[in-house]
Amino acid sequence: MLHNLSIGALADRLAARQISSVELTRHFLARIERFNPSLNALITLTAEQALASAAAADRRLTAGERGRLLGIPLIHKDIFCTDGVRTSCGSRILDNFIAPYDATVVTRLKAAGAVMLGKANMDEFAMGSSNETSFYGPVRNPWDTTRVPGGSSGGSAAAMGARLASFCTGTDTGGSIRQPAALTGVTGIKPTYGRVSRYGMVAFASSLDQAGVLARTAADAAAVLKVMAGFDPKDSTSVDAPVPDYPALLEEPLKGLRIGLLREFFDGLEARNAALIEEALGVFRSLGADTMEVSLPHLPLSVPTYYVVAPAECSSNLSRFDGVRYGYRCAQPKDLIDLYRRSRGEGFGAEVKRRIMTGTYVLSAGYYDAYYLKAQKVRRLITDDFRAAYQKVDLLIGPTTPTPAFAIGAKIDDPVTMYLNDIYTIGANLAGLPGMSVPCGFIDGLPMGLQMIGPHFSEARLLGAAHQFQRATRWHEQIPGGYE
Amino acid sequence: MSLTRQDVEKIAHLARLSITEAEMPVYVSSLSSIVDFVAELSRAETGSVEPMAHPLDGQRQRLRADEVTETDQREKYQANAPSVQAGLYVVPRVIE
Repeated sequence: MLHNLSIGALADRLAARQISSVELTRHFLARIERFNPSLNALITLTAEQALASAAAADRRLTAGERGRLLGIPLIHKDIFCTDGVRTSCGSRILDNFIAPYDATVVTRLKAAGAVMLGKANMDEFAMGSSNETSFYGPVRNPWDTTRVPGGSSGGSAAAMGARLASFCTGTDTGGSIRQPAALTGVTGIKPTYGRVSRYGMVAFASSLDQAGVLARTAADAAAVLKVMAGFDPKDSTSVDAPVPDYPALLEEPLKGLRIGLLREFFDGLEARNAALIEEALGVFRSLGADTMEVSLPHLPLSVPTYYVVAPAECSSNLSRFDGVRYGYRCAQPKDLIDLYRRSRGEGFGAEVKRRIMTGTYVLSAGYYDAYYLKAQKVRRLITDDFRAAYQKVDLLIGPTTPTPAFAIGAKIDDPVTMYLNDIYTIGANLAGLPGMSVPCGFIDGLPMGLQMIGPHFSEARLLGAAHQFQRATRWHEQIPGGYE
Repeated sequence: MSLTRQDVEKIAHLARLSITEAEMPVYVSSLSSIVDFVAELSRAETGSVEPMAHPLDGQRQRLRADEVTETDQREKYQANAPSVQAGLYVVPRVIE
């Protein structure tokens, strides 16, 4: 079936004109129509535009143009601005917002001829680890629809798990690509901070946010990242460095690759989870890699560090939502202050308000030094730990999540318990490092992820290691029952 | 509770957020537990550590040439505004 083919295989068939992009697009639109009502993975479906872009891709293909993503259908996380299409960020405050321009990620994928099917559901403003904070309702995990898909890129992950598109975009501020990828049995990569442009990506925490890919395989993710990555003068933190040819580097031999096991990740790790990671390490050893244990002593402080830094940045970024220039405005404001307070109070959901208030508190007079400045210092200690570890190893490995997908409603009333879901993923964001999650087995019939974290700009190494792991294993080929 | 209702009211005011009566006790309790949780940071020895604001050391903010790069798209942008008159954003009267 077309939804189980790799991007490479689809591109070959499109190039040989064995299938058309319109046919492929119709195939995925039919799957969305069939499966989305139970998953709630999409906020907005753009079927008409998709068929028009597919027809345009077919004309380019007929004219002899070739490209790995030309005519390939995708779903964008609804955090990326899409010119003329609602960009809600999962929030009531942007429910009526029609983006007046494209994010650079959208521009690049459009230029490559990828076909947008719609916009994926997500935690409101990407704040959440379960996709339960969305104004548009929770997303359900295709492996068990009573469970969460993870978050914040939960719609993208559920859509990938159910094979509703060839690939999806996502963003990762504290694990929002890797954690949902793990919980839905798909492959996700968060590149180095600055590798992919943040222009037109609704800001949550500007020193942590990074766009990436959720895909069936590492090879597919490599093809997409090659198009998404690169310097953008419109993003002042975009890095001006050449983008390696990721797909061409997938076969770089792993012989002699030094893999570090993060000791801190194994403290208290559930036995079945630890066994899956051990098994994966065995695969890497059989491919010629050397494994050793390494310690990052400050890593256990990454969650409290993150929950100071990220809310502080969010409280500043989200001050732009004022009920004046765009977005929701409350009814009959009695004065300007009332307009601000009620537009924001009614427009934002509970978790977003909680983070704005946490951030306001840690930045307020009398608390700044004790919380914000302290967290910035601990952030450097964590980053220095990673730097020291990469003197000894080429990449670090551990679990992506402590547990498989949990039940909808299980953690939503206890923010601190919810925040601890990100315990293994946050370190990479604080240090700006690239991270990946690849399927590595099952616990109680639910998929689990293996996480790899590399030095800055080591995406090619991560993708290559993941690709060769996927050639030696079949975990990434497993599809939830009913979605075959 | 490390935060009182008065603390939360003050924070909500600074953040320009209206909080309903029903929401207030939930925020007092959950914000207190978050503040207690992040207080764990005080255990870390950070004496002479330089605070880190940006993940890529040595990266400088670029300045662009002072040239006009944007075209006027006021109508397109204001199409998203809740209330507009003669190209201006309308808000409740500020000056009596």
